[in-house]
Amino acid sequence: MKRLALLLLTLGAMPALAADARRSGYDDMSPQVQAMQRDDGVNPAMLWVKEGEAMWARDCARCHGDAATSMRGVAARYPAFDAATQHPITLSQRIASHQRATPLAPESDALLSIESYVAFQSRGLPIAPPADPRLQPFRERGEQLYRRRIGQLDFSCAQCHDEHAGQHLGGSTIPQAHPTGYPMYRLEWQGMASLQRRLRSCMNGVRAEPFAHGAPELVELELYLNARAAGMRIETPAVRP
Amino acid sequence: MARALITMPTTAKRGDVVEIRTLIAHPMETGYRAGADGAIVPRNLIRRFTCHYHDGRDEVQVFGAELFPAVAANPFIAFTTVATASGTLRFTWSGDQGFTQTETASLTVT
Repeated sequence: MKRLALLLLTLGAMPALAADARRSGYDDMSPQVQAMQRDDGVNPAMLWVKEGEAMWARDCARCHGDAATSMRGVAARYPAFDAATQHPITLSQRIASHQRATPLAPESDALLSIESYVAFQSRGLPIAPPADPRLQPFRERGEQLYRRRIGQLDFSCAQCHDEHAGQHLGGSTIPQAHPTGYPMYRLEWQGMASLQRRLRSCMNGVRAEPFAHGAPELVELELYLNARAAGMRIETPAVRP
Repeated sequence: MARALITMPTTAKRGDVVEIRTLIAHPMETGYRAGADGAIVPRNLIRRFTCHYHDGRDEVQVFGAELFPAVAANPFIAFTTVATASGTLRFTWSGDQGFTQTETASLTVT
């Protein structure tokens, strides 16, 4: 009887252990690129992180102090609700216009540097989307966009990244699209890129007209993707092929 | 933006082989590509990389490399040298459009 109870207990515990079938893009990369991401002396994204560190010391440290303590975990909870605009806001939007007369341009080296330095402080922490109920309608709209067919090829995000993840598109493995390592260094682009650049490029890929940088649709999609990846570890700065 | 990362041990035993890894931010523009406006983007390459080891008395070049258009942006160069005496290593990248950057790192040999 005791043995049966133990067996039942073990069986009950098993799904919890095996439940997470989610894979970061890291798991689908070649061992060489994985090694490049792991080693800070080789990871080219560290160039931006170091630049961000210098920017932090110059512009931010006076108010925010040591980033290792003040910014730890911050990237894990963005996009967050912005009370001033009553809309969700991404980390890069928050940084770009924070205490600046002219906001930093999207995808500029300066913005990517400081954003990657801030996100770097959360490396290893689980993605923790805020429980704020005001975010929920936006998150739902993001999920609708994720499942909506767009473009001349008439594909939704879900068709590739849910239904065909792990299979191949050309020579590359289709990842599950968990935004674990942004901003990331993409070898194909030979540079640092934000999540929004990645999303816009995907939209180009299905021959849809991409939303502009900072468009509410992209923020909503980011919100949904982060909820979908909740609990996965942040890898920033990631390297992707 | 002048950014370079150098990863190497700060101390070594005499006669040890030390690995030095360098990474520099540079577009390595080939001069063959057209920009968004259709005009050719001018060539902008790092042409040469050298590492000089100054061991307190004289300076010798321990590594040199020539770089070409096929090298990717943000070139990563790793090499090894033998630790002979405490001193400094001077890394120099130079290239098109008057680009030059120098970094130094010190090595203590026991």
